[in-house]
Amino acid sequence: MSSLSATIQDVFNEPGCGKNANKSEAERKKGCTKQLQPGGAAGGCAFDGAKIALQPLTDVAHLVHGPIACEGNSWDNRGAKSSGSNIWRTGFTTDINETDVIFGGEKRLYKAVKEIIEKYDPPAVFVYQTCVPAMIGDDINAVCKAASQKFGKPVIPINSPGFVGPKNLGNKLAGEALLEHVIGTEEPDFTTPYDLNIIGEYNLSGELWQVKPLLDELGIRILSCISGDGRYREVAYSHRARAAMMVCSKAMINVARKMEERYGIPFFEGSFYGIEDSSDSLREIARLLIERGAPDELMARTEAVIAREEAKAWAAIEPYKPRFEGKKVLLITGGVKSWSVVAALQEAGLELVGTSVKKSTKEDKERIKELMGQDAHMIDDMTPREMYKMMKDAKADIMLSGGKSQFVALKAGMPWLDINQERSHAYMGYVGMVKLVQEIDKALYNPMWQQLRQPAPWESTAKNWQAKAIAQMDAETAALAADPEAAEKARRARKICHCKTVDLGTIEDAIAAHALTTTDGVKQHTNASGGCGACAARIEDILAALPATATSTFAILQAAE
Amino acid sequence: MAIVTVGKKACAVNPLKMSQPIGGAFAFLGLRGSMPLLHGSQGCTSFGLTLFVRHFKEAVPLQTTAMSEVATVLGGYENVEQAVLNIYNRTKPEIIGICSTGVTETKGDDVEGYIKTIRQKHPQLAKFPMVYVATPDFKDAFQDGWEKTVARMVEVLVETPKVAARRDRSRVNVLPGCHLTPGDLDEIRTIMEDFGLEPSFLPDLAGSLDGHIPDEFVPTTIGGISVDEVAVMGQAAWTIAIGAQMRRAAEAMEKKTGTPFKVFERLCGLLPNDEFMVFLSEISGRPVPLKYRRQRGQLADAMLDAHFHIGGRKLAIGAEPDLLFDLSSMLQEMGAKVTAAVTTTQSPVLEWIKTEEVLIGDLEDLENLAKARGCDLLITHSHGRQAAERLNIPFYRAGFPMFDRLGAGHQLSVGYRGTRDLIFDIANLIIADHEDNRQPTPDTWRIEGAGADGEVLAASLH
Repeated sequence: MSSLSATIQDVFNEPGCGKNANKSEAERKKGCTKQLQPGGAAGGCAFDGAKIALQPLTDVAHLVHGPIACEGNSWDNRGAKSSGSNIWRTGFTTDINETDVIFGGEKRLYKAVKEIIEKYDPPAVFVYQTCVPAMIGDDINAVCKAASQKFGKPVIPINSPGFVGPKNLGNKLAGEALLEHVIGTEEPDFTTPYDLNIIGEYNLSGELWQVKPLLDELGIRILSCISGDGRYREVAYSHRARAAMMVCSKAMINVARKMEERYGIPFFEGSFYGIEDSSDSLREIARLLIERGAPDELMARTEAVIAREEAKAWAAIEPYKPRFEGKKVLLITGGVKSWSVVAALQEAGLELVGTSVKKSTKEDKERIKELMGQDAHMIDDMTPREMYKMMKDAKADIMLSGGKSQFVALKAGMPWLDINQERSHAYMGYVGMVKLVQEIDKALYNPMWQQLRQPAPWESTAKNWQAKAIAQMDAETAALAADPEAAEKARRARKICHCKTVDLGTIEDAIAAHALTTTDGVKQHTNASGGCGACAARIEDILAALPATATSTFAILQAAE
Repeated sequence: MAIVTVGKKACAVNPLKMSQPIGGAFAFLGLRGSMPLLHGSQGCTSFGLTLFVRHFKEAVPLQTTAMSEVATVLGGYENVEQAVLNIYNRTKPEIIGICSTGVTETKGDDVEGYIKTIRQKHPQLAKFPMVYVATPDFKDAFQDGWEKTVARMVEVLVETPKVAARRDRSRVNVLPGCHLTPGDLDEIRTIMEDFGLEPSFLPDLAGSLDGHIPDEFVPTTIGGISVDEVAVMGQAAWTIAIGAQMRRAAEAMEKKTGTPFKVFERLCGLLPNDEFMVFLSEISGRPVPLKYRRQRGQLADAMLDAHFHIGGRKLAIGAEPDLLFDLSSMLQEMGAKVTAAVTTTQSPVLEWIKTEEVLIGDLEDLENLAKARGCDLLITHSHGRQAAERLNIPFYRAGFPMFDRLGAGHQLSVGYRGTRDLIFDIANLIIADHEDNRQPTPDTWRIEGAGADGEVLAASLH
């Protein structure tokens, strides 16, 4: 059994991760976790990530070993849906107290497992480690092993205490736990050439069920979904699948890749967001299954379903075209994982602003995705005043984003739609895309906005905060225009890397001082793009935009040396 | 007189309790320009943040020292220092409120010491308001975190008035418990202002989390009581503490400033509000305004109309001590029977609840008790929704968190008017449940097995 630190190291070495493969040995050792900034960090911990990844397994009792905060503050707060058992929504925690902290919590943990099995009799218990018991040295692996033997039931340790890193690391550690303790431990009653695993899909708002009917129609069986609407046994025998789809996010890439390595199950990265991506994913599933022995006719049937569904979806979107004419969408998110959502929105007649989106090559799409990811990051850092100005400048009619920009957008009288994790609507597959279009229409045309944008009768429009904010910022711009020195200062103060808080000036100075020509060089000298890495594209732009003379002078100097 | 028992399970199932540090952070949210900071790993903050955001549907400022495994073992001085500097430079707050968590308490970080060192090292922070409270997760509950934090705010932020300074007769401090909503605070403020009094609330969530649209957006709290206003609270004529949890802060206020205090354990119900009105009348020297005489009549009439529905109900209630005491007492006074009562932490008010036993436990306990004792009304926070579904009884959401319904910040329970509306809400739930689920059928009153017995009886007659 490997130690936690060895597992973390292993996860960082993940060759399936494109970002990782481009890193140097030393960088890989440091890991893909973004260095967290005290007083400036947001987002969940590794425990949170592990729980998010596994909690959708519906018939498992998820027991959190730790003080009340870890489970008490967070249980039953996810929108995943179950078609069967609801035990996953039950909050189980050892709620350790001061005495446990002093004398150790292992006994309490063992008793807790016993109580759960006696009262609820689930097919398996997952035990989540958290910071405090990790610090005092509670060995959950040993407790789980003992409990497993005693009660004759799988009791699985999930070693991902919060302080080892952020949420995405926790996702991967959860995957490791499945690989080590669950996958391959049971056998399915029967297998078919149409058995598919879906990895990294959580069935939020039940959106897996927007796609499942199509798979059912094609005779494709979801042998195991890790973990949306999944059951313990399905994960345990998932190694018998013929092919796997890894839902577009790197969260569980280690599971997909290692299952390919160990059990020869080929996988592809795909997404069911948007019309094109849905079609591509269905095709890819059919292709992989045929490769592994399913009859060739599956492809023809798949194409027929795709053609029918695409036609239906476009027909459903058609009536919105005239309503969307001239309407502008400010799309700011890292949450929409798919280019084809953008394409579908454009197809529906919406104009996208805020990102330079145009139909182009695959590489361009990748780049746009990255840009959108970065902008999502940026908006978290924006003051509401700036955000309002951005919406005004873009002349946007609606904003699609996720997270905390919601309250700013709404309070600024801007229609807003949640397209991130917390959303309550399901947007997957063909029907999901139509739903998204309908929701945009509903938000855009709500008559409420007109009333809310009017000032109270005793207030003049000139005095509301929106007007004040614009006036203030206009004044600042004017002041800058009049003062070149201050303008230059402001230009240089523009933040490029949000993770590491590096401004444009610092980067330009570093480039000039060290004759840098690559983003890697910039990273070495300024730490910019050393976090999530999404700003690398901006740094490339800076490098490209620098006066040729500056670089060539250096080149000559270097050549001279 | 209730007996308070503590559950003996090793595994808490469906927790009722929220953790102490976020109770502390919640109190800091009632200060203006405030940034609460949890000293722990980033999950400690993000879970709490999600709870607040989903409860209030507002952006909520809450930061973390983002302790890593290594920092936790070596001690968190650098993380606290960096966090304070980052927050100070980026968000320009008026105060930073720091709460510890289980992680840093297990290590035993001396945060008071850290703050001293930070003040020495960074002269710009020498006088900057910072309040630290020790709130380990593995002890106590949400309400305790609030209680300790408000007491600490009084100790650190309130100035001792100069000797023989005159007290301002019209100024009154109000120390509200965490069971009151921003809507409750505004109701109390209105009532007191109608007596010509000028109340200062510490903390004042009504200023920060009432959902208003601020004139200027700031990354810290958008309202609440300012540090300067807290400093001069010692000149007020009186301190009113609402909820037994606030006695500690009221005593700290009296000790530091000599301001006398009165604790109102409850402000929901007829008699508690009578007492409140009389007290306000006494300290203001004004008669009770006509408006409240009318509202008292309306409440009395609401009680008359609703007692048909609430009377005899067997109540299952899970809440933190002060909320439990307040709501269960009001309903008991309306004829309901407090049949199952579960709470999170110890408190003197628990013994006063008119029931046999109050259990410090979880929602599984409450559900089991409710089922065994045939309860037909459930009151707890939103996490009671699964139990309510299984029990199939009317469910009134009260307390924190309330994430699956809107308007949590404006739900009223105080004052004549607040009590009146609360009674209507609960009675209407009961009426709706009756209409939807309890309609009589020809078999409702048939004794089970009577048909068979009747046949047996007939057979024996032959």
